Amino acid sequence: MEYASPRSLDEAIGLLSQAGVDARPMAGGTDLLVQLRTGARRPELLVDLKQIPGLCGIDCGSQGFRIGAAVSGAEIGECLPLREAWPGVVEAAELIGSTQIQGRASLGGNLCNASPAADSVPALIAAGAVCTLIGPAGRREVPVDDIVRGPGETALGEAEIIVDFRLPRPQDGTGDAYQRMIPRTEMDIAIVGAGVSVRVAESGECLACRVALGAVAARPIRVDEAAAALMGRRPDSEALEELAARASAAADPIDDKRGTRAYRTRVAGVLARRAAEEALRRAGDRWAARSQSS
Amino acid sequence: MSEKSTEGRPLKWVGTRPVRPDGVEKVTGRARYGADFARPDMLWGHVLRSPHAHARIRRIDVRRALELDGVKAIVTGDDLPEIASEQAFVGEEPTDYRMLSQNVLARGKVGYVGHAVAAVAATTSAVAEEALRLIEVDYEILPHVLDVLSATADDAPLVHDDLCDRKGVKKNPSNIANEIEMGHGDPEAAFTNADVVVDRSFTTQAVHQGYIEPHACLAEAGPDGQVTIWCSSQGQFMVRGYTAKLLGLDLAQVRVVPAEIGGGFGGKTTVYLEPLAVALSQRSGRPVKMVMSREEVFRATGPASATRIRVKIGATKEGQFLAGEAWLDYEAGAFPGSSVAAGSMTIFAPYAFEHARSHGRDILVNKPKSAAYRAPGAPMAAFAVESVVDDLARQLEIDPIDLRLQNAAREGVQSSFGPRYKRIGFVETLQAAQEHPHYDAPLQPNQGRGVAAGMWFNAGLQSSAAVMVNADGSVSVISGNPDIGGSRASLAMMAAEEFGIEYEKVGVRIGDTASVGYNDVTGGSRVTLATGKMVVEASQEVISQLCERAAKVWDVDVKRVHWADGKAKVLDDEAIEPLGLAEIATGAARTGGPIQAIASGSVRGVGMSFGVHLCDVEVDPETGKVDVIRYTAFQDAGRAIHPSYVEGQIQGGAAQGIGWALNEEYVFDDSGRLENSGFLDYRMPVASDLPMIDAVIIEVPNPDHPYGVRGVGEAPIVPPIPAVVNALRAATGVCFSDLPVSPPRVLEALDAVS
Amino acid sequence: MSKRHVTTTIDGEGREFLCEDWQTLLDVLRDVLMKTGTKEGCGTGDCGACSVLLDGRLVCSCLMLAAEAEGRVIETVEGMAEGDRLHPLQQHFLQEAALQCGICTPGFLVAARALLAQNPDPSEREVRFWLAGNLCRCTGYDKIVRAVLAAAAEMRGAEA
Ligand SMILES: Cc1cc2nc3c(=O)[nH]c(=O)nc-3n(C[C@H](O)[C@H](O)[C@H](O)COP(=O)(O)OP(=O)(O)OC[C@H]3O[C@@H](n4cnc5c(N)ncnc54)[C@H](O)[C@@H]3O)c2cc1C
Ligand code: FES
Ligand code: FES
Repeated sequence: MEYASPRSLDEAIGLLSQAGVDARPMAGGTDLLVQLRTGARRPELLVDLKQIPGLCGIDCGSQGFRIGAAVSGAEIGECLPLREAWPGVVEAAELIGSTQIQGRASLGGNLCNASPAADSVPALIAAGAVCTLIGPAGRREVPVDDIVRGPGETALGEAEIIVDFRLPRPQDGTGDAYQRMIPRTEMDIAIVGAGVSVRVAESGECLACRVALGAVAARPIRVDEAAAALMGRRPDSEALEELAARASAAADPIDDKRGTRAYRTRVAGVLARRAAEEALRRAGDRWAARSQSS
Repeated sequence: MSEKSTEGRPLKWVGTRPVRPDGVEKVTGRARYGADFARPDMLWGHVLRSPHAHARIRRIDVRRALELDGVKAIVTGDDLPEIASEQAFVGEEPTDYRMLSQNVLARGKVGYVGHAVAAVAATTSAVAEEALRLIEVDYEILPHVLDVLSATADDAPLVHDDLCDRKGVKKNPSNIANEIEMGHGDPEAAFTNADVVVDRSFTTQAVHQGYIEPHACLAEAGPDGQVTIWCSSQGQFMVRGYTAKLLGLDLAQVRVVPAEIGGGFGGKTTVYLEPLAVALSQRSGRPVKMVMSREEVFRATGPASATRIRVKIGATKEGQFLAGEAWLDYEAGAFPGSSVAAGSMTIFAPYAFEHARSHGRDILVNKPKSAAYRAPGAPMAAFAVESVVDDLARQLEIDPIDLRLQNAAREGVQSSFGPRYKRIGFVETLQAAQEHPHYDAPLQPNQGRGVAAGMWFNAGLQSSAAVMVNADGSVSVISGNPDIGGSRASLAMMAAEEFGIEYEKVGVRIGDTASVGYNDVTGGSRVTLATGKMVVEASQEVISQLCERAAKVWDVDVKRVHWADGKAKVLDDEAIEPLGLAEIATGAARTGGPIQAIASGSVRGVGMSFGVHLCDVEVDPETGKVDVIRYTAFQDAGRAIHPSYVEGQIQGGAAQGIGWALNEEYVFDDSGRLENSGFLDYRMPVASDLPMIDAVIIEVPNPDHPYGVRGVGEAPIVPPIPAVVNALRAATGVCFSDLPVSPPRVLEALDAVS
Repeated sequence: MSKRHVTTTIDGEGREFLCEDWQTLLDVLRDVLMKTGTKEGCGTGDCGACSVLLDGRLVCSCLMLAAEAEGRVIETVEGMAEGDRLHPLQQHFLQEAALQCGICTPGFLVAARALLAQNPDPSEREVRFWLAGNLCRCTGYDKIVRAVLAAAAEMRGAEA
């Protein structure tokens, strides 16, 4: 196996398309190097993306945020404006692995590893994140929702890579949150994950809601039926229970070493409800802060 | 043997907390562990492992692998000598040498996924791994059994069809490798007199010791037949003995140099790699280094047995235990030798029973051969019996500690495993728990408190130590037991105490097999106890030599000389200036040469250590997640030589037990392949999973040790499982009989009652 | 293919080494440079025994290619003491008996050092979560957490 560390997107795409299926892009390597070690993958060429300016850094503009696809979880956690705007996305990114893993793990890698249990993905879907892809055929923008096809399978074309993720500036009354269930407190892969973002009017009426679940299907899923339970009303406990029930109903998980089907189904609802409660609380806090400052 | 009591004698070091002698090298990265050795021109060895749970090996073709550039040697089962059936003494679990040899490298048949089939040595680790892929093995797959129930079914496939009993007589074909029974009285009759009888069954899953250091060794075989092995293990003499036996070498030809050991907990009281590394070195003529991956550690070493245990206890309505009976089935793995005997011995040991009986069965399954794990066999038994005692306390409406106190074993009581107890500290330990503020601290909703007790023996076994006085008056101690958790410090403290000198003046080295007398493994909570006793005896011998030398210098009768405060003094003549260690040592050349002594012995007088743990848990009723929020562990240490290391043993054992209770388990798929062979999915507790673990040391001196020491290494893992599960019951009202009490299992049980 | 030449700084010293592209930094530290103070417990990012600082950032050296070290600054446990003066963390690990077998200790020390560099006054909870990627099977973490808190207090005192 060979390692290359291109300095530009063109160079990276060139290397990847030349080597074809035998090449893999690498960001933090926290999935890839484990797969190498266990023999699950044997690429001929690893193309390190971390030296390419377009995949590094976080920009916080008036329109919104651009997060480089290779930016580490630790850097994301340190970006206060992003945390302020999208606390659910940041908390999901920060849940990935340990402090050591945080030093390397990227959003691009978390998404493209295409695990159904990837923590940042439901949060990004709930927040409405869009990613920029570049490949031999050029550039395109795709919602995060549409990237993962199934375990280990993505919608990326050959030699195509994710360059960055875009999030808007949150509108007034927006709140998001991510919750996951693991048997330990840290260092575990989600048995269930739930990301929710909401936008509420000052009156408390829910104007927009997105719910996404991880580890309960072959890929992270968006559950619009569950979101609909809150829409157009002031979310009371009845509405939240409805959301939970619909989230559970949408779950179609497997039994495996990490959890049973029945457990995952049941807990999907619980976590969707808890994430929604937290997102609503954050949205309410935003209104409160706004009225205080004005 | 002089049995000097320390009662009444003021102690300067015992009970203090000095920095351990090997501390600095361990915090600076200089200490060398098993994988830290290298030799010029060294080869790397790797093992080919079975992908099948049970299969006959029809043929192994290594030709293509041998052709690979850089491959220097390959060994398969045909290359190792056939070993006759003979009982080996493996520290804590019984093993037969023939079986041990087959576990190290399969002959004819593989018994579990991960079973070693061939070993390769090559110039680099990568080439050796590549060579493994080129070895062709023709397997005939056989039906397999993966648990006690299917292994004991009438038509079960046989893991072995040629088992012999201890006397070498062939047994009827069955997967029950061994059956034992022990106890006294007639429990069956006594149950009829009981006011209450609780009879429950429990299951536990296989768990791994989880030491952070994988097995590793470096071996060098010379053309003269001399063999040197550098490795980490719980006993350099064990490695020497087993390797020599398995390869047909003389013990004197084999020298084992102990590396620092990165955790063992019983799992390093046997060999896996060493005989292979030596065989590869013999064939290649070059040193061979082998290091297991974490996945290999999970698949091919360790685990503690999965078990099914049924316990029945009958009591009067006043709470007196009348009779107990237990049936214990332990999975041995693919070779005989689980810890079921110890489980059967300990299960009723904490209590005084007029009628007690346990029936144990050692059962073969197509899983890795079980290995000792801290208080082998006892935690599962304690889970069962302490859950039943908790039930009795509830049914009888008696405080659970009062119930245990009422029935607690004490001096003179007939133990369920045979001997009568000498002085033990169970009652004091229970009382300390009952009086502790933790016991009646308030709890919040969804929280519960559990209490549980447990015991473990202190093995004595064979130990040796050498003590020598250096010319400058410092003292060197050589021990033959690897230091897993600070035993160098305890040995140095005992020596300093005997000599009456500063702790810093004592150096402790762990000797290789050629530089110190034989020692049994570091295990059985025995090092501070038994090797410590040898250090004390050797020190006393050296002190009497020092007195003799001083008498020579003064030309007085040695009977008038005694040793105090690090000096020889003449009892009845104040005018004679006392002689210190350095003064006597400097002049040793004129008084008879170097001063040293060796003590060796088979230390008898097995002690007991009892523990009582209090655990508070909080349950998330919607997800079934259980958090341990407060934990206090009480243990009789006899006497704590270095209290920090005693506390450390208690805290570490408690943490392992908590992990065993909550989340740790081997998960096999139907084909017998372990699905969670890494730390990410084999869920040992991480720092954020645990609260501080308060360790409370009780000191009821052991009458058989000069300082009153009891071994403390193992007992702390015995009470945690039932303490956690009893707390969970208090929090939820639900009885749990199956481990682990992981979130899915807890939620399912909660749903079932609501 | 010939080996790759890498120039880097390790524990304050300029180092050059040759490695294969597939070798991890941990492989090179231990087997090429013979710096065995950094330990391997799993090789897959799960135990933290191999923790090092990469340009001041805590990472697992088993999950990083040695080739990636080109031009970077690596710090291991072996560079923590200054001559025979131990780092306060090392000192407190000894005083609090925060090690038993000691195999996890290098990783904990490096990880704790990274914590105190960015948070000189962590709570017990912060220490526990920061160190959750470092497994210790011997101590139950109690004395490790206490040692880190004590070292932090001492270091704050020294600053003031
Ligand atoms: C100990 C440990 C704990 C973990 N815990 C968690 C956890 O709690 N939650 C969780 O979700 N995950 C966890 N993971 C998995 C992993 O850390 C994450 O998925 C991480 O986000 C992967 O990012 P990376 O940059 O390291 O990816 P890499 O390993 O570099 O890449 C992963 C995959 O994505 C591809 N790829 C990477 N970047 C791009 C890109 N820009 N464009 C196209 N393809 C790309 C690679 O080719 C590869 O197939 C854990 C891993 C370990 C070792
Ligand atoms: S060896 Fe790197 S994390 Fe375990
Ligand atoms: S001290 Fe042994 S693993 Fe931590």
